[in-house]
Amino acid sequence: MYGNDFPGEDPPGGLLGEVEAAEAALRAAAARDRGAAEPGGDLAAYFAEVVDADQKIEPRDWMPEAYRRTLIRQIAQHAHSEIIGMQPEGNWISRAPSLKRKAILLAKVQDEAGHGLYLYAAAETLGVSRDELVDLLLSGRQKYSSIFNYPTLSWADVGAIGWLVDGAAIVNQVPLCRCSYGPYARAMIRVCKEESFHQRQGYEILHTLAHGTPAQKAMAQDSVDRWWYPSLAMFGPPDGDSTHSAQSMAWKIKRFSNDELRQRFVDMCVGQAEALGLRIPDPELRWNDERQAYDFTEPDYDELMRVIKGNGPCNRQRMEHRRRAHSEGAWVREAAAAYAAKRAVKEKEKVAA
Amino acid sequence: MSVNFALALALGDDALIAAQRLAEWSTRAPEMEEDIALSNIALDQLGAARLLLSYAGELEGAGRDEDALAYLRDDREFRNCLLVELPNGDFAVTMAKLLVLAAYQVPLYTALAGCPDERLAAVGAKARKESAYHLDHAALWVKRLGDGTEESHRRMQAGVDQIWPYADELFAAWPDAPVDPATLRPDFDDTVTAVLAEATLTVPEVGWTPAGGRDGVHTEHLSYLLAEMQVLHRAHPGARW
Amino acid sequence: MSRQHTPLWEVFVRARRGLAHTHVGSLHAPDAELALRNARDLYTRRQEGVSIWVVPASAITASSPDEKDAFFDPAADKVYRHPTFYEVPDGVAHL
Repeated sequence: MYGNDFPGEDPPGGLLGEVEAAEAALRAAAARDRGAAEPGGDLAAYFAEVVDADQKIEPRDWMPEAYRRTLIRQIAQHAHSEIIGMQPEGNWISRAPSLKRKAILLAKVQDEAGHGLYLYAAAETLGVSRDELVDLLLSGRQKYSSIFNYPTLSWADVGAIGWLVDGAAIVNQVPLCRCSYGPYARAMIRVCKEESFHQRQGYEILHTLAHGTPAQKAMAQDSVDRWWYPSLAMFGPPDGDSTHSAQSMAWKIKRFSNDELRQRFVDMCVGQAEALGLRIPDPELRWNDERQAYDFTEPDYDELMRVIKGNGPCNRQRMEHRRRAHSEGAWVREAAAAYAAKRAVKEKEKVAA
Repeated sequence: MSVNFALALALGDDALIAAQRLAEWSTRAPEMEEDIALSNIALDQLGAARLLLSYAGELEGAGRDEDALAYLRDDREFRNCLLVELPNGDFAVTMAKLLVLAAYQVPLYTALAGCPDERLAAVGAKARKESAYHLDHAALWVKRLGDGTEESHRRMQAGVDQIWPYADELFAAWPDAPVDPATLRPDFDDTVTAVLAEATLTVPEVGWTPAGGRDGVHTEHLSYLLAEMQVLHRAHPGARW
Repeated sequence: MSRQHTPLWEVFVRARRGLAHTHVGSLHAPDAELALRNARDLYTRRQEGVSIWVVPASAITASSPDEKDAFFDPAADKVYRHPTFYEVPDGVAHL
């Protein structure tokens, strides 16, 4: 709805087709016959067969407890990331340099709140309440994506977040549209469709800056310099150090390894950076004919671990902001609950009378 | 300068400053669902502001577009009412502001939709539906806060008391304008009185009625708001964004 | 101390005249009126001309041939057991 201000060009990357393919595959698999296992028989075998057939596990199905826990953790952290992720960009709404940019940015940040809510709803189908998940976030027991612990220091950062951060998120999320858990897969299809606008608007901001005044171009380059490596780190630790990967792949919660996705992202970005006329800050970046992929410098994973542990530039600020919004809103939520309770009593009296 | 220009500018400034304040709630609302709702209302106000300021620029004929009017005027050149520039305060103050603003904008845009100036009429036709939603939203919350808990009642009454004096300026007579705001007052009073009564709130006594926004004499708050809104645009004269 | 949970609502949308209401997802709201407003903002992002139903999730009784309640959780009336995110009907992009 709020995307009408964009020019009609295709989004860089063109991953939307994959989202649609995932949606078609979801329907096709639902229509397919499976093997012989009956729902009443061996539960684990039935679960495995549904997953093997690329069909979806649904909320009331039996599932291994670890599968449920893994999904709750992953979906919740994804939801938290959407909600915390509103802050760095929201930082520039009041100062957006044109009314059109202000409207687009406000709508984008609003979309992220919506995505957070879709994801909390998907997590709730696994038997956890949103209140519990919010508590886990606010008490620091569940994490959100570390990228949002970096500051937005210039307007160009809004562009870089759209292009690199949303771009990396889409590369991560498109395979999740094929996740074996139905509510998560469906939520991701919806999120990915909306996210393609986000990446496009970020790219357009950078493109305008890169073709603007020298000061604007410098602002854009500075921003790409600061966001490139944190964006690469969004794919997580290298495969050898990743703790949850193998089991998640077997369950078809995860479809590609961290390093595969990171490579895919780098390969996508090189051409896009050239079109922008901006430099990716990696002197080792070059095409490898043998691998048919770009060689690149890995992000600083020690830095990633520091940020995950809570010592990034903005961890404290982001958490404090979220906690304050939550606690300052408590009296409003209590009032709405009290009003609803009073109404319910009145309705009952009306019925009784 | 034509009266239609003056009206488009005044209403455009109302909508723009209201949008700027409402957008401050983004990431800070009492509930995530409300974050989305407040952003929607801010987007509606911003949309109306862009249409009105663009049209004002055309009527003026001096080559100023919506951004030139939004970013390159100083506070003494803004023509918005004082109500919209007041700080957000707590959620109750914001809902009191929204109730007063929407209860004014609904009859205003409805009347504008029937005025002879086609462009203004088109803005009125679009914006009145949006304002009806804003009024509905504000009324819904004023009732819940007024008739919720003791604390929410106290805060809501305080919010209404704080905001109420600023309503008067909205209805100052403007006899030669396409819509004379003075004619909208009875409609406004009916709407707001009914909402406050259902919310178990008291309509404040009117004593002090600050004004001056339509003449460019504002509260101390507007200059700060503009400093923040305009800082980036002004730092790069002539740049495209 | 147990805290008060804001009730969960299931949302159904009729995207166009002639189509049935379809489940699109869920949300939290203290009462029906707010649930309806929130549903409009969250699930229809201001598209006009659509019809929305909101239903307390606790009022839905579900059956499913595959269900394994005994292994899932003993409480049969838990409101979270709702099949959220059914597909949106074709031609309703950006719903």
